[in-house]
Amino acid sequence: TSAAAPPVTSQTCQTLHDSLFQSMDLDRGTWIDSAFLSLRFSELDTRKINNSFLRDHSYATEADIISTVEFNSTGELLATGDKGGRVVVFQREQESKNQPHRRGEYNVYSTFQSHEPEFDYLKSLEIEEKINKIRWLPQQNAAYFLLSTNDKTVKLWKISERDKRPEGYNLKDEEGRIRDPTTITSLRVPVLRPMDLMVEATPRRIFSNAHTYHINSISVNSDYETYMSTDDLRINLWNLEITNRSFNIVDIKPANMEELTEVITAAEFHPNQCNTFVYSSSKGSIRLCDMRTSALCDNHSKLFEEPEDPSNRSFFSEIISSISDVKFSHSGRYLMTRDYLTVKVWDINMESRPLETYQVHDYLRSKLCSLYENDFIFDKFECVWNGTDSVLMTGSYNNFFRMFDRNTKRDVTLEASRENSKPRAILKPRKVCVGGKRRKDEISVDSLDFSKKILHTAWHPNENIIAVAATNNLYIFQDKVN
Amino acid sequence: MAGAEGDDSLYPIAVLIDELRNEDVQLRLNSIKKLSTIALALGVERTRTELLPFLTDTIYDEDEVLLALAEQLGSFTVLVGGPEFVHCLLPPLESLATVEETVVRDKAVESLRKISQEHSPVDLEVHFVPLVKRLASGDWFTSRTSACGLFGVCYPRVSIMTHTFESTLITAVMHFRTLCSDDTPMVRRAASSKLGEFAKVLELDYVKSDIIPLFTALASDEQDSVRLLAVEAGVSIAALLPQEDLEDLVMPTLRQAAEDKSWRVRYMVADKFSELQKAVGPEITKNDLVPAFQNLLKDCEAEVRTAAANKVKVFCESLPEDSRETIIMTHILPCVKELVSDTNQHVKSALASVIMGLSTILGKDNTVEHLLPLFLVQLKDEYPEVRLNIISNLDCVNEVIGIRQLSQSLLPAIVELAEDAKWRVRLAIIEYMPLLAGQLGVEFFDEKLNSLCMAWLIDHVYAIREAATCNLMKLVEKFGAEWAQNTIVPKVLGMANDSNYLHRMTTLFCINALSEVCGQEITTKHMLPVVLKMSTDQVANVRFNVARCLQKIGPVLDSSALQAEVKPVLEKLATDQDMDVKYFALEAISGMYLFNLPTYIFSETFSFSSILFFFFSFSLSP
Repeated sequence: TSAAAPPVTSQTCQTLHDSLFQSMDLDRGTWIDSAFLSLRFSELDTRKINNSFLRDHSYATEADIISTVEFNSTGELLATGDKGGRVVVFQREQESKNQPHRRGEYNVYSTFQSHEPEFDYLKSLEIEEKINKIRWLPQQNAAYFLLSTNDKTVKLWKISERDKRPEGYNLKDEEGRIRDPTTITSLRVPVLRPMDLMVEATPRRIFSNAHTYHINSISVNSDYETYMSTDDLRINLWNLEITNRSFNIVDIKPANMEELTEVITAAEFHPNQCNTFVYSSSKGSIRLCDMRTSALCDNHSKLFEEPEDPSNRSFFSEIISSISDVKFSHSGRYLMTRDYLTVKVWDINMESRPLETYQVHDYLRSKLCSLYENDFIFDKFECVWNGTDSVLMTGSYNNFFRMFDRNTKRDVTLEASRENSKPRAILKPRKVCVGGKRRKDEISVDSLDFSKKILHTAWHPNENIIAVAATNNLYIFQDKVN
Repeated sequence: MAGAEGDDSLYPIAVLIDELRNEDVQLRLNSIKKLSTIALALGVERTRTELLPFLTDTIYDEDEVLLALAEQLGSFTVLVGGPEFVHCLLPPLESLATVEETVVRDKAVESLRKISQEHSPVDLEVHFVPLVKRLASGDWFTSRTSACGLFGVCYPRVSIMTHTFESTLITAVMHFRTLCSDDTPMVRRAASSKLGEFAKVLELDYVKSDIIPLFTALASDEQDSVRLLAVEAGVSIAALLPQEDLEDLVMPTLRQAAEDKSWRVRYMVADKFSELQKAVGPEITKNDLVPAFQNLLKDCEAEVRTAAANKVKVFCESLPEDSRETIIMTHILPCVKELVSDTNQHVKSALASVIMGLSTILGKDNTVEHLLPLFLVQLKDEYPEVRLNIISNLDCVNEVIGIRQLSQSLLPAIVELAEDAKWRVRLAIIEYMPLLAGQLGVEFFDEKLNSLCMAWLIDHVYAIREAATCNLMKLVEKFGAEWAQNTIVPKVLGMANDSNYLHRMTTLFCINALSEVCGQEITTKHMLPVVLKMSTDQVANVRFNVARCLQKIGPVLDSSALQAEVKPVLEKLATDQDMDVKYFALEAISGMYLFNLPTYIFSETFSFSSILFFFFSFSLSP
C-alpha cells in the first residue's frame, strides 16, 4: 500500500532522530509552585527542531505554528501537528536508575511529513497541509498508531521501532559489490542482526474524498473499529480498515444554502459508550446523538442549550457563543465546551443549562469590537480535562492559559513564555488588571499581545503533565514531585 | 542440493533469496510467493534452521507481503520435513498472528488451523496448545483476537487422543471465557464471532453448561458491535441444540436481540433470519419467528426494514407447508402491503426484488387478487430502481398468471425507464428487453416496444447505442429473420443516410451484429449494398468501419458476392488517403484471404498510438 505522502524512510528518520537527540537543549527542572498545581517546567522548542533539521532558515515561519497537541492513551507519547503538515512525536523518558529526575521529560521520538499541500483541480481549490487534529488509536501491538487530518484527508500512521536488520546477500558482498555468479556455490539465507534503534513512520491508510467542507474534528470510537470525521456540515463514520467507503451519519446542509444558519464546529465520541457522540454548533448548542436508534443521526436525542440572557444581547452575542471545542470528561458523565469567553461544564443528564460556567477572559468583553475588526473573535480555543476530571484547562491571549479547579472553584492564569518562565524557575500565576490602578506584576488589558495565543493544550491522561502550544513553541510542564 | 559445484540452478534461487529483502515491494512479494522454491533448494534442515528464523522476524514488511507469507506457511509442512517437524512453522505464524492488519492475522490464523491438522496429538499438546494459550493471554488485543479462532481446531483432537480429556477441555473453556469478557471490544467481537464454531466442537453437555452462559453474556454486551455478532453465534448454537432445549436456552436471548435497542443488532437478526428459521425448526418459527419477522418488517429504521424485506420470499418459502398460506395471507402480506408504499426507496427496492417470488408460493388466485395490485403500485414507483427490480423478475409472475395481466401498467413503466435521464437506468431496461419481448409476444412488442428499441440506436450515450445494437440481435434470435427483415432492417438501413456520422456508424454496428442471425440472403440482398455505398462516405471513421464491417460480414456472404462486390471496394479503400482506412481495409483483405498480399504491405508498421490519435480527432469533429 503505497501512499500519497512520501513515507519517512528509515534512513532519514534515523538521522533526524539522532541529531535531534543530541542537539536538543534538555533542561532539567527545578521545583516551582503555582496557585494550586505545582508544575515543573521543561521546554521543547519545536522551532529549533524545525529550523535546524527541516527548514533552512533561522526564523519561525507560518509553517512552524503548532496546530494540534495530543497525548496518547498512556501518556507515554505526545504528538504535535503543525501548519506545515508535519507531525512530531515525543516520547517520555523512561525511568532509569542513573537519572531518576529525568523521568517525565519528553524527547523527540519521530518526525514525519504527514500531509503535503495539494490542489483540487476540479474545484480550483488549494488544500492546505495544516494538521487540524491528531488522534491516537488504542495500542494494539508494539507499534503506535495515530490519525492525522488536514482539511480534507485523514491519514492513519503507524510508528514502529526496528532494532534488527538482515545481513548477507548471495549476489553481492558486504560492501555491495556484485559477485561473479559463477562463483556462487552455496546459498546464503540472510541473518538478522541487532542494530541501533530506528523509528519508522509509515502511512497505513488514507481516507479521502469524503468531505466537501473542511474537517474540524476526528474522534475514535470506543469500539476500536470506527472513527468519525466532521466537517462544517456533515459527520462521516469510517471503519478504520476501510478507506473506500464511509457512512454519513449527520448532515445539516440545508437544501438551499442561503438558509444556512449554523455549522458544526466540533464532534466527539463518548469515551466508553460506542453508540453515543456529541457535536457542537456555531449557535452555541450541543447535540447528543444515539447511533442505536437510527442509521442517520440527523435527529438528536439530546440538545444542550443555555437560554440566552436578553439583557446581554448584542451584535456579538452569536459570534461569542459559537462553541469552538467540545470534550467528554474521562468518566463520560460531563461535557466541557469552550466558547469565546467561557468554559462550561454540562451534566449529560441536564440539557437546560450548564452545571458550571467559568470565565476565561471576561475582561475582553469590552473589547469585542476591536477583536471583531481584527478577526481575533473567530479564534478557536480548545479545552481539556485533567486525568480525574477535576481541573479544566484552556488557552487565552498573550501566551496565557487558564486552569479551573472544579472542586475548590479556584482558578489560575499561567504564562507559557521563554522570558518569564525559565526552566527551573517558578511558574508564577499572572494577573490581568481590569481598570483602576495596576498593581505590580499585573498586566493591563491594553498591553495584551493578541498575536500570542494559546489555542491548543493537552493534559496527560493520568498524571499532572501538560503540554501547551504557544504558536511555534511547545511547553511541557509537570507537577511538582516531592 | 546446495553446494553443488558450478551449479547454474543455484543462481535463480540466489536471486530469489536476495529479493526477499529488495527495496521494491513487488520483488519481495514475488520472492515470498516462490518461498516453496527457496525452501526446496535449501532443503528441510536449512529451511528449519535458517529460513524460518529469518521469516519469524520479517514482520516489518508491507501487508501484502505478510499476507502472502502467512498463506505460504500454511502449506509448508512438507518443506520443513513433514508432520514430524510441522511445529517449526509455529513461531513465524505466531508473530504474524499479532500484527495489526486484520487480513494478515486472519490468514495467519487460517494457516495455523490448517497446520494444526498435521500435528500429531502429542505435538499439538506440546507445541500448539501452549501457543494458543500464549496468544490468548497476550498483552495486545491483536494476539488475543487471533487466539479466539484457534480453540475450535486444536482442542477436540487433543482431548480425544490424550488421557487429559477433562482438564484440557476445561482449560479451553476457561480461556475462552476469559476472552469473552476481555476489556477490549475487539477481542469480545472476535470471541463472539467464533463462539458458534467453538460450540460445534464441544459435547452437547458443555454447550449447555458453558457456552450458553457465554452466549447470553455476549448477547447483552454493552457494545452493540459485540451483541450483533452474538446473533450469528446464536444461530449456530440453536442448530446444535435439540428442539426441547431451544425454548429455554437460546430463544429468550434471540427474542431480545430481535427487539434490541440498537438497530444494528436488529438488522443482523433480519439479515440472518433464514438461517435462524432453519436452525429453530417449524414450531418455533410459527410461534416466535412470525411475529418477530412482522416487527422487523415494520421496524422504525429503514436499514432493518430493507434487510427484512430482502428475506420475505425466502422466509415465506421455508414456512411449514401445512400453514404456509394462512401465515402469509394473515401475517406477512399486510406488512408487505405497507412496505410497498414505504418512505424509503431502498426498502421498496429490496421488496421489489423479491415480491414477485411470492406469486409462485401463493398460486394464481391469490396472486391476481392480492399481489397484482402491489406489483402495479411498484411499477409506478417514483424510483427507477424499484420499477427495474419488478421488471427484472417478471418471469416468476409469468409462470403463474401470465404477463398480460400486467401489460397495461408495464408499458408506461417501461417507456418511462426507457427515457430516464440516467443512462445507467436506460441501460438496465435495455438489458431486460429480450426477456420482455419473449414474454409479451411479437404483436405486443411490435405495437408498443419496437419504436423504443429503435430510439435507443440514436441515443447520445455510446453505451446505450451499443447495448441497443446487441439488443436487436437478441430480438432477432427470438423472433426470426423474417421479422427482422420486415421490422428492423429497413429502419436500421435508413439510418445510413442520416446526416450525423455517429448514426451512420450505428448502421454499420447493427449490421455487424445482425448479419449472422439474419442469414445470407438478407445480408447479401439488403445490407451489403448499403455498406458498399457507405464506402464513399466523407468521414474517414465511417469508411474504416465499412472495412471492418465487410470483414465481419464476409463469412456470411457467398464467395461470388465477395469477389464481385466486396473485393473492389476494399481494394479501393486500401488506397484511401487516410491511414486508418487503409489499415483496416488491408486487415479486411488479409483476413478474408481475398488474394495474396504482397509482403511489403506487412512491412509497413502502423503505430498503435497514431491510430488512437485518429480515433480521437475524428470523433471530436461533427
